[in-house]
Amino acid sequence: MGEKLLMKGNEVIAEAALRAGCRHYFGYPITPQTEIAHYMAKKMNELGGTFVQAESEVAAINMVYGAASAGARVLTSSSSPGISLKQEGLSYIAGAELPAVVVNIVRCGPGLGGILPAQCDYFQAVKGGGHGDYKMVVLAPSSVQELYELTVEAFNIADRYRIVSMIMGDGILGQMMEVVEFKDKENIEKVEKNWATTGTQMKREHNTITSIYIEPEILEKHNQKLQAKFALIAEKETRVESYNCEDADIIVTAFGTVARIVKNVIKMAQKEGIKVGLIRPITLWPFPVKEFEKYADVPKAFLSVELNAGQMVEDVKLAVNGKRPVHFYGRMGGMIPTQKEILDKIKEILNK
Amino acid sequence: MADQQIIISGFGGQGILSAGRILAYAGMLEKKNVSWLPSYGPEMRGGTANCHVIISDEAVGSPILNSATSLIVMNGPSLDKFEGIVESGGIIIKDSSLVERDPNRKDVQVYGIPATKVAFEMGNPTFANIILLGKLIEVTKIISKEAFEEALKKTLPAKKHHMIPDEMKALEYGMHYSA
Repeated sequence: MGEKLLMKGNEVIAEAALRAGCRHYFGYPITPQTEIAHYMAKKMNELGGTFVQAESEVAAINMVYGAASAGARVLTSSSSPGISLKQEGLSYIAGAELPAVVVNIVRCGPGLGGILPAQCDYFQAVKGGGHGDYKMVVLAPSSVQELYELTVEAFNIADRYRIVSMIMGDGILGQMMEVVEFKDKENIEKVEKNWATTGTQMKREHNTITSIYIEPEILEKHNQKLQAKFALIAEKETRVESYNCEDADIIVTAFGTVARIVKNVIKMAQKEGIKVGLIRPITLWPFPVKEFEKYADVPKAFLSVELNAGQMVEDVKLAVNGKRPVHFYGRMGGMIPTQKEILDKIKEILNK
Repeated sequence: MADQQIIISGFGGQGILSAGRILAYAGMLEKKNVSWLPSYGPEMRGGTANCHVIISDEAVGSPILNSATSLIVMNGPSLDKFEGIVESGGIIIKDSSLVERDPNRKDVQVYGIPATKVAFEMGNPTFANIILLGKLIEVTKIISKEAFEEALKKTLPAKKHHMIPDEMKALEYGMHYSA
């Protein structure tokens, strides 16, 4: 391992992308993720890559579509309102089966909302914010070190399956500084992209990148192929961290920065003799259903804590499948639950 | 003290965020677990800034502080806002040249240093934050003076390295100040 550095989450995303071989960045500034663009603007020129501050988010995502079509490792980043603008492009990229990495450092909505941390884009990310039956791999890091590792992995996953990988964080993760230790050499998977539009040199048939299939029989086949791919990804790429679940009185589920707060709550609860477990989905899609099945009979109840009005809790309920009650506690608008609030909710559920 | 949860708060431009960053960096050099979280929300638009710094022997859970072991305040509104969340037995360090009132709390140690006035007299008003950090590291022993100096070298751009000896003098002033 290399030198330990104290870096901002947003800067680590950009550095990780460069280490993963990304040489093309297209974006449009928006708080709280603009440091990603700053970092790329500074470094991309030295590395001989492309940095474009596009005229809009719509333009940026279509530039991503273009670079990905040519087989390049490409990144765009934004925050909630900007990600909404990119949805049409994401659907096209999914339809055309192109690899790309998209970062959403979520802020609170709806509309322009505010700039403080939120997880209110969970549905948009995992259920498909754009039109059509498609999925993105959605990765939810909870530390700066994990931002680094998952950003590199996001590029590998995107290339491996020809899919969009989304890194979903919030302003706490993007703005905070934490120690990061970069590897001397990254694990960059080399995937042959014989589908890319790189010029035929008159030596092969030309490749076509498209998402239009007018014939229903062909379009259905295309959709079936996509669904088979999503099923394969669900089998191979689900990631989750479980903590103290084996004999838990209650299992809390939370992702990203909220999971860090819950880890503190677990310690507080221990002092009062309450056993709290944590299931932290690292991939929000594919959702770690099997992990919930594994522990569904253990606790008296589940509690999903989120920075929204109750989104992931729906997937938790589907995964727990009625075996135990599933409760919800959320804050909105950029408000962050305190450890005490969460512990009080746990006590209320357990009647303690 | 093994663990410190520190809030540094004041006006934008007083070096609030950079003070926290140097502290966190020094903590890292001392092989501790650290986090630094700046305010980036609407309060920034009102001209105030604060940061939450955790330096701990254990892994850092939430980087958001609901309570603090130490508070450094460089303006009055910061004392009003954060006085209540300092743990009993904790520390409040105030820049007494800018914060007029004394904390109401009787269960915390309070240190007042006229840091901005002293920094002006030293010829560089931007040292006020360093003077206050001096008192913090003297009282808490959370990091060593040597780690602080090393952190300055790592976090300041090379063109500002000539200032480090004076910054260390400012740190020492804060460490040894008594009212």
